[in-house]
Amino acid sequence: MPPHDDHDHHQDHEHTHEHDGQPHRHPPQRDHDADPASPYEVLEQAIRELLIEKGVLTAEEIYAQVDLMDSRTPALGAKVVARAWVDPAYKARLLADTRAALAELGIDIGTLADFRTVENTADVHNVIVCTLCSCYPKLLLGIPPAWYKSLAYRSRVVIDPRGVLKEFGLEIPDNVEVRVHDSTADLRYFVLPRRPEGTEGWSVEQLAEIVTRDCMIGTAVPVVPPIRAAAE
Amino acid sequence: MATPRFRVGDVVRVDARAALGHCRTPFFLRGKTGVIVGIQGAFHDPEKLAYHKPGLPRMVLYKVRFKQPEIWPNYPGRPHDQLEADIYEHWLIRADGEARSDSHAAA
Repeated sequence: MPPHDDHDHHQDHEHTHEHDGQPHRHPPQRDHDADPASPYEVLEQAIRELLIEKGVLTAEEIYAQVDLMDSRTPALGAKVVARAWVDPAYKARLLADTRAALAELGIDIGTLADFRTVENTADVHNVIVCTLCSCYPKLLLGIPPAWYKSLAYRSRVVIDPRGVLKEFGLEIPDNVEVRVHDSTADLRYFVLPRRPEGTEGWSVEQLAEIVTRDCMIGTAVPVVPPIRAAAE
Repeated sequence: MATPRFRVGDVVRVDARAALGHCRTPFFLRGKTGVIVGIQGAFHDPEKLAYHKPGLPRMVLYKVRFKQPEIWPNYPGRPHDQLEADIYEHWLIRADGEARSDSHAAA
């Protein structure tokens, strides 16, 4: 295949050049330098470049999406959980209409999928999976951890959830129901964990600190750090 | 929204049919019986969307709750453990009267 000047030159470095007099950035480059690229990376790059070349997307739009995803982290979800813990009316709204309750806190989850909040109680412990692919509440929690997308987690957490949770260091008492939510379709789930004892009087900020990503997937529960517990 | 054929509390069985191409019904739930615990709304049909069709009419999507020991004969957890999945209406068959325990009622 003859070299294709317009494309080969920008594989090595990011650069800015002009299109119609406007500064123009190419979309993000590969984020590691291990060669050779996998077939999927090559495929992704080819499709991305074709979409830009055919005018379906611009490089700027791709950048904007990458930036949007980078702006979403589990800290957002933790803020929501902490608010629900201190404000029963907010919690009720969150459970009834997650989209609207997130919007109250300035969190826009877009139009691709609706969200549902599932609440852990004294009787039920919830855990989230997508057995068919890797659906995840990205616009609230950011990019999912690699294990969430692994075949091992996706297949095993439905067959033996208690065993898998134990591997995460979480033992669910026998009398509590373990409820697995398989996000098979258009909805994204996230877990509202229980507020642990020993957090009475904490500020929303303090509470948010103990809500980790895994607490909102259901593979962990919030824990009061021993040093803080001792200080209280 | 299209009028849902099922109501919360209805007992349904997931069709065990084979499907060519893309669909959102996990194999491990086909042929299994559960109870509807929620009506999630109506969404574009993913089986058509996957092939660049508009996905209309929209399909009603249900949250269906299954007892884990009924999905997995050798389920290693507790008998009261459950699993929920979102299943489209055209994969569900009314199964009222089929053997199910009362404790499975929608919470």
